[in-house]
Amino acid sequence: MSRAFTPKIVTANDLTSGDVIYLTATDTWSPHHAQAELIEDEAHAQLRLLDGKRAKAAVGAYLADARRGDHGPEPVHFREAFRTRGPSNYHHGKQEAENV
Amino acid sequence: MYNYTDFDDAFVRARTAQFAAQVDRRISGALSEDEFKPFRLMNGVYLQLHAYMLRVAIPYGTINPHQMRVLANIADTYDKGYGHFTTRQNIQFNWPKLVDIPAILSDLADVGMHAIQTSGNTIRNVTADHFAGAAADEIADPRPVAELLRQWSTDHPEFQFLPRKFKIAITGSPNDRAVTKAHDIGLRMVRNDAGEAGFEMIVGGGLGRTPFVGAVVRDFLPAADLLPYVEAVLSVYNMLGRRDNKYKARIKITLHETGKEELSRLIEERFAQLRPLFGGNDQALLAQIEAAFSTPDLRDADTSAFDAFYGADPVFRSWADTNLAPHRDPQYRIVTISLKAHGATPGDATSAQMRLIAGLSERLGHSEIRISHEQNVILPHVHLSDLPALHAALRGSGLETANIGLISDIIACPGMDYCALATARSIPVAQNIATRFDALKLEHDIGPLKIKISGCINACGHHHVGHIGILGLDRAGVENYQITLGGDGTENAVIGERAGPGFAYDEIVPAIERIITAYLALRLDAAETFLQAYRRLGLAPFKAALYPDEAARDAA
Repeated sequence: MSRAFTPKIVTANDLTSGDVIYLTATDTWSPHHAQAELIEDEAHAQLRLLDGKRAKAAVGAYLADARRGDHGPEPVHFREAFRTRGPSNYHHGKQEAENV
Repeated sequence: MYNYTDFDDAFVRARTAQFAAQVDRRISGALSEDEFKPFRLMNGVYLQLHAYMLRVAIPYGTINPHQMRVLANIADTYDKGYGHFTTRQNIQFNWPKLVDIPAILSDLADVGMHAIQTSGNTIRNVTADHFAGAAADEIADPRPVAELLRQWSTDHPEFQFLPRKFKIAITGSPNDRAVTKAHDIGLRMVRNDAGEAGFEMIVGGGLGRTPFVGAVVRDFLPAADLLPYVEAVLSVYNMLGRRDNKYKARIKITLHETGKEELSRLIEERFAQLRPLFGGNDQALLAQIEAAFSTPDLRDADTSAFDAFYGADPVFRSWADTNLAPHRDPQYRIVTISLKAHGATPGDATSAQMRLIAGLSERLGHSEIRISHEQNVILPHVHLSDLPALHAALRGSGLETANIGLISDIIACPGMDYCALATARSIPVAQNIATRFDALKLEHDIGPLKIKISGCINACGHHHVGHIGILGLDRAGVENYQITLGGDGTENAVIGERAGPGFAYDEIVPAIERIITAYLALRLDAAETFLQAYRRLGLAPFKAALYPDEAARDAA
C-alpha cells in the first residue's frame, strides 16, 4: 500500500537571482514559505507541480513536505527549514534581508 | 607561471561570449532549463540551495597576485565579499546572479582564468601538490605536465561526454600531498633504477559512496609517454564505463567490474595504437610550458633575523613550528597561510584577505601563490629573513592561525549550508570542533591530526581519508554523523574504518572529544601521532570511548 499523502508546497529557485521561491494559491511566486499554497490533495499537488515546472521565472520546481502553522505553511524537513533562512555560517540569504 | 597564449585567450573569450548568449536565451525563455543546464554546467554554474554558484578553476592550485585581486573584486562586485576555496583547488562564489555570470567570466578571462569543465561529465580541473616547484622532497615540478593535461583536456572532443566526471591529480614528490590514490587517475613522479624520472600510474581511485584506493597499472611510465597513456586510459574508460547507472559510472567501478589485469591489458593495447600518433608535438609543447615554470631568482641573504624572532617571540615561534614546510633552498620556507581560524568557515577568504595575500606574495613571496586541496593558501617561496614581517602582516587579519596539520585544520565541504546534494551540514560541525579544541588549548598537545568532514556520501570533504572522518547523513529527517577512523590520504592511502552508529548534530563534538581523550591516554608518548596510535591499537579502544554505554554493557 502506498504511503498516505502528506501536505505539500511547490518550491523552486528564481531564474535570475537564484533565490528560494514558493508557489502561492494565486499563481505568483513568493520568497516567503508562509505565503505558499498548502496542498492537501495528491492530485492537486501533481497539477500544481506541473504549473511550477512550466513557470518561466522559476527553476527546478519540486514538491516539499509542509504543515499548517499559525502564520501559514511551515517546513517539515530541516533542509526546507534551511532554505527559508539561508546558511548557518553567515547571516546571508533570506535571513539577511528579513532580519530573522 | 603559465601565461595564456593568443590561442588560449581567444578560446576562453569565445566560450565566454557563447555562454553570455546562452544566458540571454535562457532569460528570454528561448531555452528551457533542461536545455540550458548542460550549457551552464559546462561553464561551472550550479544551482544550489539558496542561489546559483560559480565554480572557477585554479589549475593545479597555482594563481598569481593579479588573479587573486580579480577574485577579490568579483567577490565584492558580484557576490558577498568572499570566496570559498574547495578540496579540488577551485574557488566557489556562492551568491552570483545568473545575469552577472557572463561579466564575471569576462573578468576572469582578462587574467587567464575560466570555469570551463569545473562541472559535468568531463575531465575536471587537474589538481597538483600544493608545494609543487618548491618542496624539498620533489623530483620535478609536476605543474608543466598538469598544464599540458589542462590544455589537452579542455574541450577535447572525445571526452566531453564521459560516463561520469573524471578527476586527475599529480605530484612530483614521493610524499603524496595531492591524494593521488583517491583520483580517477593519479600520477606520482618516481625514478626508475636508471635514475630517470617517470610516473607511477594509478587508476580507479575514488571516494564517494564506493571508496577505492587506486590500482597501480604501471610502476614506471617514461615521462614522454604520459599524454598518450592518459589518453589511452580515458579512451578505454569512455568505451567501457557504465552509462546505465550513474552510481556505477566512475572508472573505479569499471576497474572493479573489469578487473585490473583486463583493464590494464586494454589500456596497454590502446596505448600501443595511440603512442605512434603522438609525433612529438606534445613534448615540444611541454618544453615550452616548462620554460614558464622556472623557479624565481631566490635570494642569498642573512637569515639571522628569523633566528632572533624565533627565539624572542613565542607567537611567531608557534606559527613557524606549525605553518612552515621545508623548501629545497635551505634559506627558504614554504608558508601555509591558514584559512581555518578557529570558528571560521574552512576555505573561506574575504576579499580583504585575498588582497592582503596578493600584496604579501608580491612583497615577500616572489609573486607566487598556491591553493591547497586542504583549503589553505600557500606562499611557496619565502626567505627566512622575511618570515617575521610576513607573520606580522598576517596578524589581526584572521590569517595568522598556527594550526596547519592540527585538529582545527579541518577539511569541510560546503554541506547543507549551500549544496543542493548535501544531506547534512558540515561547516558548523567544523566550526564547533575547532572552537572547542581551541577553548581546551589542547591542539598543539594533540599534534598532527586530520579531520575531514563531508555533508553527504559523495565525499567532497574526503572523509574516508581523514584520520578522523565525519560523514553527515539524513536519518529519518534528522542530521546524523557517522565517524570513520584511521583513514590516510598519502602515498600509503587507507580508507577509514566506520566506528559504529552515528551521532546527532549536538553529540558529534563530544564524540570527537572522547576519541581525543582516549588517544591522549593511550599514546606511548607525545611523539606517537593519532594515526600511529590507531594503527598500533586498532579500532577497539576508540570504539569503547565513543560508545561508553555499550562498553559498560559488554563488561557487565
